[in-house]
Amino acid sequence: MSAESTLLYLDGVSVSFDGFKALNSLSLVMMPGEMRAIIGPNGAGKTTMMDVITGKTRPDTGTILFEGDTDLTRLREAAIANLGIGRKFQRPTVFEPHTVWDNLELALKAPRRPLKTLTYAISRDDRSRIEEILDITRLSALRSRQAGSLSHGQKQWLEIGMLLAQDPKLLLVDEPVAGMTDAETEQTAELLCSIAGKHSVIVVEHDMSFVRALGVKVTVLAEGSVLAEGSLDAVSANSQVIDTYLGR
Amino acid sequence: MLLRFFLMGLDRKAGIVLAILAFLAVVVPAMTLWVPADSPFHLSIFTVSLLGKYLCFALLALALDLVWGYCGILSLGHAAFFALGGYAMGMYLMRQIGPRGVYGNPLLPDFMVFLNWKELPWYWLGFDHFWFAALMVLVVPGALAFAFGWFAFRSRVTGVYLSIITQALTFALLLAFFRNDMGFGGNNGLTDFKDILGYDIQADTTRVALFVATVAALALSYMIASGVIGSKLGKVLVALRDAESRVRFMGYDTESYKLFAWTLSACMAGVAGALYVPQVGIINPSEFAPASSIEAVIWVAVGGRGTLAGAILGAVLVNMGKSYFTGALPELWLFALGGLFVAVTLFLPKGLLGLGAQLKAKLPGRKASTLPNAQPADQKGA
Repeated sequence: MSAESTLLYLDGVSVSFDGFKALNSLSLVMMPGEMRAIIGPNGAGKTTMMDVITGKTRPDTGTILFEGDTDLTRLREAAIANLGIGRKFQRPTVFEPHTVWDNLELALKAPRRPLKTLTYAISRDDRSRIEEILDITRLSALRSRQAGSLSHGQKQWLEIGMLLAQDPKLLLVDEPVAGMTDAETEQTAELLCSIAGKHSVIVVEHDMSFVRALGVKVTVLAEGSVLAEGSLDAVSANSQVIDTYLGR
Repeated sequence: MLLRFFLMGLDRKAGIVLAILAFLAVVVPAMTLWVPADSPFHLSIFTVSLLGKYLCFALLALALDLVWGYCGILSLGHAAFFALGGYAMGMYLMRQIGPRGVYGNPLLPDFMVFLNWKELPWYWLGFDHFWFAALMVLVVPGALAFAFGWFAFRSRVTGVYLSIITQALTFALLLAFFRNDMGFGGNNGLTDFKDILGYDIQADTTRVALFVATVAALALSYMIASGVIGSKLGKVLVALRDAESRVRFMGYDTESYKLFAWTLSACMAGVAGALYVPQVGIINPSEFAPASSIEAVIWVAVGGRGTLAGAILGAVLVNMGKSYFTGALPELWLFALGGLFVAVTLFLPKGLLGLGAQLKAKLPGRKASTLPNAQPADQKGA
């Protein structure tokens, strides 16, 4: 398959840590606007895959192309983020001493160089964009609260809001509903689905009911490479997947 | 735009700090120069120089707080930048002595004559001009900090490891400046100053002018620092202090942010050193001693790190204590300082300025009403 029309193109990517192959010739293709769920047992390489895409870890071998022509393996984290790849970590990481509003302002798409931020003054457009995101993430009433004082679920939402503010082309979301109540999980699934289309999204998740609620194409990873790909029903019926992950 | 930048950092706390500094700049000269010597309101010239010295330390503490309190870079070598600024000023003051040295050599400072040097080393050229020396006060510490920071931050050296290499940096400079053939006067350093800008450095009016210049430098640095902290750049600094990789994945090149704050801080420390030297009349390698840098860390911790005003307060109070102790009970001072650091770390994690908030939080029912969901955050921090 040619890389040209793809948003993200991984081919033969391998990473090993002290001889342990975290990724073993992994290949994966994402089209613009696509949403994908990634599942797999612990140690399957889900987080490592996100690390190599975002520049945290350098692959030993393999190709990673963004929008068909940008080689991500040569860039640093900040440069990759500025290309339009956003990432949400497993544990919610918001900037606790800052207010909800400031967290969003920091994430908001704007020039990232130090001298630009030194002289930054919020514009009317930026203001209304932040208002809009506060509305989407249902945090409007909490705008001047310190992010550190939010509940776990609210922090997760704030972090998703920060990703929206960043306006990335591709969103990598690591276990967004870990530790959420059922109601929050459902709302988060709705939120992510509403984001898809404008942005491409990769979601890593253990929670099968959440993956079902998303209703998107699923990729199953095991031992660092792709085991199966397709709808959730199709991969759930796959005997290899049942053996290695879902259990008998 | 510049005005807006300064206004951005001006809140009530900044207003109080600037008002106190303005008050000092007016009242101290008046009490020294115009109040008659037999009046109880008279300040001796010795006291003025002592206060000037405290304020130089306050400026060093402010510089340190900018990197430690807001970027999480615990520098155990900030006195190095202070001393380099001091040496740059000292070199200018040495050149002003001219033929009035003990050996009467019109071209060379005394210590070079003593070492049988025939001509001025190239790196002393230009220091007979005040403007050049003033520029070097900023450029030398700034350039060293930039180079050091560039390598350290690019290599992602953080935390304790970074603290250790800052300590190594100041120790290396200490050893280098002890050497006579470095051309900075060896262990005696630079002293015996006569004039600054053509005025007698011992004269009362000059000493008062130096004090006022120190107050002005501190006020300006405070405004710059609070302007930086109040800007979006300052918010990025605080964010990267707590979660650096998160900031990176948001597209900020955190290394250049740290480098900016680090270099700015080193320049401020250099200015502090440059104002310190004419007021104490000497600069020697002992200023590079690791202990000086560590003392500066204690000032900031006592006042409250990450507060700017606290750094100033801590530096002044601890040094007043030091003046008292080293006079009254000299052998106890280091124990007192060490005990103070332990006590502050254990009981006042936010320093003196955080005391008010700490007491409020202790009152029953108060915390619950202001921070309803503080519990999970506390657990995570632990």
